[in-house]
Amino acid sequence: MNRPWRDSSTLSVLIVVAALLVVWYVAAILMNWSGVSDFYQRTDVTGVTFGQQFNDVLNQEKPLLPAPHQVASEFWNSTVGQAVTSKRSLVYHGWQTLSATLLGFVMGTVFGIGLAVFIVHNQAMDRSLMPWIIASQTVPILAIAPMVIVVLNAVGISGLIPKALISTYLSFFPVVVGMVKGFRSPESIQLDLMRTYNASRFDVFAKLRWPTALPYLFTSMKVGVAASLVGAIVGELPAGTSNGIGARLLAGSYYGQTVQIWSALFAAALLAGALIAIVGLAERITNTRLGVRP
Amino acid sequence: MVEAKGLGLTFKTADGDVIALTDVNLDIRKGEFVSFIGPSGCGKTTFLRVIADLEQPTSGSITVNGTSPADARANRSYGYVFQAPALFPWRNIERNVALPLEIMGYGAADRKDRIEKSLALVNLEGFEKKFPWQLSGGMQQRASIARALAFDADLLLMDEPFGALDEIVRDHLNSELLKLWAATQKTIAFVTHSIPEAVYLSTKIVVMSPRPGRVTDVIESTLPAERPLEIRETPEFLAIAHRVREGLRAGHSYDE
Repeated sequence: MNRPWRDSSTLSVLIVVAALLVVWYVAAILMNWSGVSDFYQRTDVTGVTFGQQFNDVLNQEKPLLPAPHQVASEFWNSTVGQAVTSKRSLVYHGWQTLSATLLGFVMGTVFGIGLAVFIVHNQAMDRSLMPWIIASQTVPILAIAPMVIVVLNAVGISGLIPKALISTYLSFFPVVVGMVKGFRSPESIQLDLMRTYNASRFDVFAKLRWPTALPYLFTSMKVGVAASLVGAIVGELPAGTSNGIGARLLAGSYYGQTVQIWSALFAAALLAGALIAIVGLAERITNTRLGVRP
Repeated sequence: MVEAKGLGLTFKTADGDVIALTDVNLDIRKGEFVSFIGPSGCGKTTFLRVIADLEQPTSGSITVNGTSPADARANRSYGYVFQAPALFPWRNIERNVALPLEIMGYGAADRKDRIEKSLALVNLEGFEKKFPWQLSGGMQQRASIARALAFDADLLLMDEPFGALDEIVRDHLNSELLKLWAATQKTIAFVTHSIPEAVYLSTKIVVMSPRPGRVTDVIESTLPAERPLEIRETPEFLAIAHRVREGLRAGHSYDE
């Protein structure tokens, strides 16, 4: 049956976005109003009309909370309005972060899958490794990141690799946990079946455990890719790096450039969304190939 | 084909030992169709799993095809059909049947040939490219039988393969199975808890009872090899069914 009101997902998304924008504008006005009033007082400006102050509130240079149109225009200027090689371009910084994210994500995924394979096939590994893996994630990444950067810098490695390593550190974890679960998810009847064929461990892995674990892999990768991005950005925060979205955030906060901070935040969010969408697309293609019931 | 002498199997559990099988003496000769019938917990599935080397006996001895069950498994001398089809959902029917062939290292041309033959034996021609979820329960179980037939082992172990299907489909598959048995000359060991199914299919019926799991009666069927579904209304059929029922009743304790 055709029910058009159920197919209006685009409309509902637009409504939610519009509602968020309204909330944002209201918040921006409330938060910035007194700041503008103080400014008038300090500079002895009097007799400002309500309309005038309203206009000033929404167009401050360094507002507490920038309004959506300020962020949008800053975002536009720093992407389309700049050459992509310029240090003022968000595309340039975005790529610096993205390349580290991707490298770290690939290393983290491969490393995570490898660890999961060991853990599933070796009980001693399971007992001895799993606690360390969990402990590794309880250490705040903000404490580790500067050490990694500094130590690697001391041995002459800087730039992409240290950031990617921090991404790896964050992204292997969901992959290990998900894939251990995935590799163990074949039903006992399927494992018995392989046993009746006298199948080797490798066959059991390649023909049963791996395909069974694929849905877990994609779920883990979605978490992992987002964690990778966070890792790369955190890796850019320690002093010394001047490239990437993280450096842009840090510079913005040094100089009180809230509009710049917000547009960098949006760039990060867009990147995360795009990365997760790519993993989702890969998942859909794989599902079609594996004959998953639509 | 299968020879068990004084076979026993005791599971050690937290609540103490569970005797799954005790003192089972049984011969399955080549070409026989042997059914194992009994209430749950009587060890019929356990016995099948011992033959398949999926469980190890704790006492007595058993040979399969003249060797130990472990060697029989290594030689791939039996095909096993489980209660559920256990098809791999990411493989289509053709590739599900190909699974044992890939593991056992058959060449591509040979594989294709064998897939075609085994799917024909279970009347599933034309469904090669379908995925398991696109098939009914009965067809899925037939595909799993084709998979067990594909590598042409002489012994077929079937653990309540039609237990989850409705009676009409079950009747149909039973008569199909008899035809398949006649065509392939295989030895079949078949676990069931349906008396008509056991009597209809078998040349030998092994009646078992629980606590402890043991064989209480072995009935050689006097029914002819040719068995239309109507044979189930003949006095001969009913007489055997009666004896099976008596055997089940004798072994069943009603005090729990």
